[in-house]
Amino acid sequence: MKAIVNISLKAGVLDSQGKAVHHALDSLKFDGVDDVRVGKQIVLKLSETDEAKAREEVEQMCESLLANTVIEDYDIELIS
Amino acid sequence: MKDMKVGIVQFPGTNCDYDTQYAFEKLGCKTKLIWHKDEIFDKNTDLLVIAGGFSYGDYLRSGAIARFSPIMSAVNKYAENGGKVLGICNGFQVLTESRLLPGALKRNEHLHFLSKHHHLKVVSNSNDFLSKMRRDEIVNIPIAHHDGNFYIDDESLKKLYENEQVLLQYCDENGDISNPNGSVDSIAGICNKQKNVFGLMPHPERAMEEVLGSDDGYRMLEGFLGK
Repeated sequence: MKAIVNISLKAGVLDSQGKAVHHALDSLKFDGVDDVRVGKQIVLKLSETDEAKAREEVEQMCESLLANTVIEDYDIELIS
Repeated sequence: MKDMKVGIVQFPGTNCDYDTQYAFEKLGCKTKLIWHKDEIFDKNTDLLVIAGGFSYGDYLRSGAIARFSPIMSAVNKYAENGGKVLGICNGFQVLTESRLLPGALKRNEHLHFLSKHHHLKVVSNSNDFLSKMRRDEIVNIPIAHHDGNFYIDDESLKKLYENEQVLLQYCDENGDISNPNGSVDSIAGICNKQKNVFGLMPHPERAMEEVLGSDDGYRMLEGFLGK
């Protein structure tokens, strides 16, 4: 099973990289962009086949290491 | 305190370990370097310093991997028992990642690495670190970081002020707020509620000689020696 973890700064926490990318897109004349948020994606290949167990395990990984929940939110997508 | 014993933690990538050793030896302390793979350190240590630089290439987030180093279990236990811990720069990041200090350190607001002298203002001196300094006293200390943008939510920030946990703020030479990295309330250093764990982004250990720009770090670190 594959787990795709998307990590981004929480809403309300200023995303300076997102802002810089937004500026760059503006200067390239991409006018239709209202907001940009930059995050990171971590792809895990898991031996676990049970989806519920896999999700629980990846949640623990996010809480302890993959995300800093003081400033970041995470989202887990499982693909079997 | 005579013959104070200072332990200095080294991770792969730490580069302020010897400056920190120099600083505390200049203050008359006995110092010992502690390798991150060690699981214990001298229980008679009076102050444990997590020095600046990098740790494990700072993959994922600064301090995120270092937090799980073998030595960190001993550091956690030491801090829980009231032992004094000081985290400088990357050490501050390790302490917030370990949840020994509240908040988090984000990428600098303008995304630049900063390396320069900056003035700081003493906000609280009701702690062992800054007890010898006056409130609003201004010091000139080098900063050198990419991820020094201190973040904390509003409610926790209120608590920091109520408990006098805000130690230092970035300011200009007149003491007016001047924020180099986007930190909430221009905060440069904090301590925990119990006031035995301290963290700051600026480098007092690099301000020990007037000929090198400032010796204000001497007066700051001297606080740990007590009366």
